Amino acid sequence: MKKQVTLIKEYTKGIWETNPVFKQVLGMCPTLAVTVSAENGIAMGLATTFVLVFSSFIISLVRKLIPTQVRIASYIVVIATFVTIVDLVMKAQFPELSVALGPYIPLIVVNCIILGRQEAFASKNSVGRSVTDALGMGSGFLLALFMLGSIREILGSRTILGFQVMPNFYEPWLIMILPAGAFLTLGLLMGTFATFSARKKRIEREFILKKHTSSRQIISATEGGAE
Amino acid sequence: MTTITENPTYKLELASSPHVHSKWNTKQAMWLVVIALIPPVISALVFFGFYQLSIIAVSVGFCVGTEITIKKFRKRKVSIQDGSAVITGLLLALILPPNFSLVSTALGAIVAISIGKEIFGGIGFNIFNPALVGRAFLQAAFPVPMTTWYTPNYSVDTITSATPLSAMKFDHVFADISNMFIGNIGGSIGETSSLAVLIGGIFLLVIGIVNWRVPIAMTTGVIVFGGIFWLIDPVKYPNPAFHLFAGGFLFGALFMATDWVTSPLTAKGMWLYGLGISLMVVIIRLFGGLPEGVMYAILLMNAFVPLINKYTRPKVFGGTV
Repeated sequence: MKKQVTLIKEYTKGIWETNPVFKQVLGMCPTLAVTVSAENGIAMGLATTFVLVFSSFIISLVRKLIPTQVRIASYIVVIATFVTIVDLVMKAQFPELSVALGPYIPLIVVNCIILGRQEAFASKNSVGRSVTDALGMGSGFLLALFMLGSIREILGSRTILGFQVMPNFYEPWLIMILPAGAFLTLGLLMGTFATFSARKKRIEREFILKKHTSSRQIISATEGGAE
Repeated sequence: MTTITENPTYKLELASSPHVHSKWNTKQAMWLVVIALIPPVISALVFFGFYQLSIIAVSVGFCVGTEITIKKFRKRKVSIQDGSAVITGLLLALILPPNFSLVSTALGAIVAISIGKEIFGGIGFNIFNPALVGRAFLQAAFPVPMTTWYTPNYSVDTITSATPLSAMKFDHVFADISNMFIGNIGGSIGETSSLAVLIGGIFLLVIGIVNWRVPIAMTTGVIVFGGIFWLIDPVKYPNPAFHLFAGGFLFGALFMATDWVTSPLTAKGMWLYGLGISLMVVIIRLFGGLPEGVMYAILLMNAFVPLINKYTRPKVFGGTV
């Protein structure tokens, strides 16, 4: 039997280790398109998290009932239901946000993070685990979108969440609220993430190596003693 | 017996192929390019006044500073003495509009070196020409100051004017070719005077720093493609000489497109590359939304360089086809 990972690990892996945006490079379309401001980023992240958590819940609940041949179609039906809920609630409660996010809310249906988690995780794991995993992935996506959105908003329009943070003499870089700015910021953020995780991995490896060599020395020393 | 290590004049350098051979080493070549840029700098000072010297100083200073900072941060050898950062700074300053804000110039210089060059691994690894990356960033970040042009009037009195290209595009007025040749027109700091650019560029061609194929291919291309449209309708479209001397074409052809790192390696590839740039320049100038397209044309063709290299690779004699 495979060793079970703890629930906490199941949650945190979505934020750092396998962050959907920075590590899996999934869901690029909403990531690049809607992150003109931090507010849009949060709204998109929350909407996706909602859909992700509830479809993971439903699909892991009925995972034994879905025939393998039609599983993707069944996932899409479930996901589309929740996307419709989000879309209608947004239109009714936050009409401005709904206009700002435009077609990207209905497009959550085809967001590869959601379908990917159903196929890779929710269809194989228990309800509790699937929901935890979905929450983790959703948080990772929300974090990425918030980071991207706030960097672009600060540099491109001097504000964050509508509050001015940059002084008046600062001339906003229009490129940051253009598509080119999204690609630049995302690339630099991904590079930063990759650098940090490479450094972390290197430290871990050195640690294991050190432990390994020291234990080998001990073994060779005892062997030498036995001769 | 003399071995390589005993003789100090020989130094064994190991690097992966492809190799370009030249009588100059990188350091000498870079400083010769700096010398070749002196005529455009002088023309800039003559036509747009001494304020432009501060733009050049800020641009070069920030390029060199950024390179040192990044090399130190990444714990690599600081290779500032090879002069490549100085060239990037000079080139960037010369393609900015006159009287441009110094803060924005500094930003452009930082972007040019960090995003244009160092992020790919430093000199020799960049895909795009760093100075053009800096300018493209500034163009997108500050569209209004980047398209505010001043008349050259030998003083700091600032009168905005149209460049010959925007006059051609929006008012259908063609500037006088002799003024364009001398440089008495609106435009970027160092690219208005075709004469000064040609002096520096021909110096580079004669001493063999840049390969003649790229500038010749670009000139041929712009004359042919521009000429076709001129023959179709001489009233609506400018003649090929206008294309040749307008905007940053000559500067781009001699100093930007010929960059060793971002241009193809094979002779056939260089022709393809040059013709591709000139075709795009003509298309952008005549039909695009922007008056000038040399920067985007070179950047776009830079992206094609690996593909061009792959398909124009010479066949090994006797090898499989």
